[in-house]
Amino acid sequence: MPYPTDFKYTKEHEWIKADGKNATVGITNYAQESLGDIVFVELPKTGSEIVAGKTFGSVESVKAVSDLYAPASGVVTEVNSELATAPEKINKDAHSAWLIKITLKNPAELNSLLSAQDYEKFVSEEAGK
Amino acid sequence: MKHVTRKATRHVNQNEGLIFEKSSPGKAAWKLPPLDVPDVDPSKLLGSAERKDLGQMPEVSEIEIIRHFTRLSTWNYAIDLGMYPLGSCTMKYNPRVNEVVARLEGLANGHPYQPERVSQGALRIMQVLSECLIEITGMDAITLQPAAGAHGELTGLLMVRAYQQSKGNPRKKILIPDSAHGTNPATAAMVGYDVEKMQSNARGMVDVVALTAQMNEEVAALMLTNPNTLGVFEQEIHKIAEVMHAKGGLLYMDGANMNALVGKVRPGDFGVDVMHLNLHKTFSTPHGGGGPGSGPVAVKKMLEPFLPKPVVITKPDGTLAFEYNRPQSVGRVRAFYGNFGMFVRALAYTLANGPDGLRQTTEDAVLNANYIRKGLEGIYDLPYSTPTMHEVVFSDKLQAKKGVKTMHIAKRLIDYGFHPYTTAFPLIVPGALMIEPTESESKEEMDLFIEAMRSIAAEVEEDPQLVLDAPHSTRVSRLDEVAAARKPVLRWKPAS
Amino acid sequence: MTPMRYLPKSPSDREALLKAIGARSINDLFASIPAEYRLERDLKVPRQMAESEIVDWFRERSRENGDGYATFLGAGAYYHAEISQGTLQSIFEFQTMICELTGMEVANASMYDGSTAAAEAVMMAVRLTGRRSAVVANSLHPEYREVLATYAHHQSLPVTATSFTDTARVNLKELEKLITQETACLLVQSPNFFGTIEDIAAIAEIAHKQGAMLVVSIAEAVSLGIVEPPRQADIIAMEAQSFGVPLGFGGPYCGVIATREQYVRQMPGRLVGQTSDKNGKRGFVLTLATREQHIRREKATSNICTNQALVALMVNIFMTIYGKVGLRELAKQNLAKANYAAQQFGKHARVLFPGAPRFNEFVVQTTEDPYAINSRILGHKIVGGLPLKKFYPELGNAALWCCTELTTRTSIDTAVGMVAESERSVKSAKQEADVQEVTR
Repeated sequence: MPYPTDFKYTKEHEWIKADGKNATVGITNYAQESLGDIVFVELPKTGSEIVAGKTFGSVESVKAVSDLYAPASGVVTEVNSELATAPEKINKDAHSAWLIKITLKNPAELNSLLSAQDYEKFVSEEAGK
Repeated sequence: MKHVTRKATRHVNQNEGLIFEKSSPGKAAWKLPPLDVPDVDPSKLLGSAERKDLGQMPEVSEIEIIRHFTRLSTWNYAIDLGMYPLGSCTMKYNPRVNEVVARLEGLANGHPYQPERVSQGALRIMQVLSECLIEITGMDAITLQPAAGAHGELTGLLMVRAYQQSKGNPRKKILIPDSAHGTNPATAAMVGYDVEKMQSNARGMVDVVALTAQMNEEVAALMLTNPNTLGVFEQEIHKIAEVMHAKGGLLYMDGANMNALVGKVRPGDFGVDVMHLNLHKTFSTPHGGGGPGSGPVAVKKMLEPFLPKPVVITKPDGTLAFEYNRPQSVGRVRAFYGNFGMFVRALAYTLANGPDGLRQTTEDAVLNANYIRKGLEGIYDLPYSTPTMHEVVFSDKLQAKKGVKTMHIAKRLIDYGFHPYTTAFPLIVPGALMIEPTESESKEEMDLFIEAMRSIAAEVEEDPQLVLDAPHSTRVSRLDEVAAARKPVLRWKPAS
Repeated sequence: MTPMRYLPKSPSDREALLKAIGARSINDLFASIPAEYRLERDLKVPRQMAESEIVDWFRERSRENGDGYATFLGAGAYYHAEISQGTLQSIFEFQTMICELTGMEVANASMYDGSTAAAEAVMMAVRLTGRRSAVVANSLHPEYREVLATYAHHQSLPVTATSFTDTARVNLKELEKLITQETACLLVQSPNFFGTIEDIAAIAEIAHKQGAMLVVSIAEAVSLGIVEPPRQADIIAMEAQSFGVPLGFGGPYCGVIATREQYVRQMPGRLVGQTSDKNGKRGFVLTLATREQHIRREKATSNICTNQALVALMVNIFMTIYGKVGLRELAKQNLAKANYAAQQFGKHARVLFPGAPRFNEFVVQTTEDPYAINSRILGHKIVGGLPLKKFYPELGNAALWCCTELTTRTSIDTAVGMVAESERSVKSAKQEADVQEVTR
């Protein structure tokens, strides 16, 4: 699966797509592949604040839990409620099954994140370990 | 099939539904004697607190219940059927005499609050067991109260905290090696400590240089499993203890693997300050498919004031009693005195063995693990070549080349009539196969096991799909755990 | 040494194994233990015993331990009588029956006991509400309160106690004041330590009004046969011992936590779920394991690893035997025996806390110290009620008496007779003293 070039990526395998002050956050295809069948997603409430680099929730497979790290700071404006009953959507298409939408506190934070090309390189190294 | 090996075959294996599916009104398996006091009208006594209906509770007859549970029992694997090499769990023989004595009227039916005058037998059992365990561990004092190993960890760390507090500062952190059981960090968190992970060295042991660098006045204790989860004895244990003690830290030993040490070496002698034991591992009380356990905690003298209350004492007149006046105690960790029924069994085991039997048991456990290691080395990858004590850890590295992982091999082992080993633990070995035969296995049984494991390795080369699709011989094939977690069905409901 | 009967190897087997390994002696395999720590002597434990000696030794202990006594003690311990599918299905049935009896939606596969289940339930409420204090009823089993104090202490969780009224029920007026928007939960027991059934609906309303959770501890499982379960509770922490688990001097018992489905991910302990295999055949698995320590480590819901599976199996079989009708009859007999006994005691001494319904326990206040009365009752091979001085000094010479279906009318009458005698002799001694006073 190709990594969209209009997304930015973290080394913890989250993606973020920004449109001005508004941004959408999800986990990458690599993340869903290594987790396997996702059975539960724990997300913050609308209105709560998330901080770049800090955890804001978790995704679970049958035998693993993976923390979610905020790619940028901001306030949660919307939570993908579909995932509560259908977490498998992430396995089907990780790049369209978004987790949360946020209002960015400082859009410049995104500049320090990885581009699609850098991220792809990063995961190929990670997988080769 | 090409490899004709000696393996288990199917036996009578009835289908058996849920008990609720056999229920119908008017069937019963109970009978109470007639009331010898005047009958009462519950609605008058209880008013609105009266319950009128017990919903879906079953109504079945005695023979149906006997068959139900007997059939279910045949769907479980058990140590009485064959080798159960579940690493780190110490699935050893549960002696029959333990069960006989645990059922003696005065012991099985003793009330925890009956007067001490008529509790001398129970108190004596607790005292003698305590003395034996103190001698075996080389420690100074003990509490039998914790209900399980993890509960013992909690109790031990509560005492660590109380001790550090008494020195002026409870400190902030607990050091835990990356090879530790998950209970260790979970326990530290429950006692309000931060967990600092320590990386094992190339030999799978604590890196003393790294430990020295990590150790400081913020660290309350190091939680160490010895032998560790790789089945490796921490050879530099004395240095580890010194590093901890030099900066006022304590050495906690997770005694999960004490069955490798009994009668050969005592933790108290190599610098351990506090440790728990698992009576359901080392001391032969049954695992029961997940409990009851029992997790006594033994300590050095300076921690004795902090033991949970009550403690058993001898009064001036020679009788035994519970002592509640313990001002520095960490308090109670459970109601009453602990899993007393397990004390009876553990003591019966200790008496059956005596000093010579306990030592021979340890030697046989270590001998067996080394025999399995020898039999499978080269066939399966051995990530750490450090000497093996009571269990051996291989990895699936060689088989993974064919796409076969440790879990697949484990499932295939079921077809050969064995319970699987522990998979994917310890975490520091990717694709771990953790095998612990215990002393309860004969040479013949181990030869069968080695043959089965070698045969599976050959199957991986020739027909990996056979292994990937295993098990082939069980009542149910591989179960859909994903569906179970996504849409949990946690109780039966009548079809509507 | 002589052969040890649990070890299935002959000396020549051991030789053969050592040879295969390439070791000269068994001590080669222990070479990694530093020499200075190796134990070169025998452990000082009793010598190896024959099976008959072991049985004799424990029989002696059994005789020293109240063998053959009738008891009026309750207080949280009651006398009533793929290749793991067997255990898993049985736990699934256990979970179902616990849900059915408690009126909750989910139940776990068991906890250590009622006391730790209660403490863990409080921690669960703390996680669910994000609040950091708790209120606990003084009528909760005193040892349960002690356990909660131990657990709460290092979680920096303040626990406030609330008193009971002269019906032994929780003081609702005080509760109104104690429960605030900061309270994670209220923990009460029903039937409580004195045997009194709480007004759960009223208590729940006070807790829920402030957004606090209600945790109800049930120490006497048999009560569920005839007492309405605390359906308004958010979490139920139960001790299932009285469902056929021997008293065993206090353990092993069978704790269990039950709750609503929406809270299941914060519930500690193992859970069995139903699923199917690739052929569609029904089967059972351990599920929602990501809550647990072996996966989540320091972030787990609890450090609990084992449960009380074997004891839960006993409980399961007991619930199956008594079932829908038997459990009610059993509970009704408890109710009748306790009602009779309380009436009889009431003729000679003071039965405390009238005015609220009770199940199978009640408190009798005597003029004489209950320890003294009990030691005379013990002469009749009967263990009297539990003196409460240790736990509730404010109740004076009070004792907690428990009657179950196994308590006979004869033993009730004997115990009542002893209490009556005590009251008479105290009175006549007092009269004598008064007479002396007058004549002086």
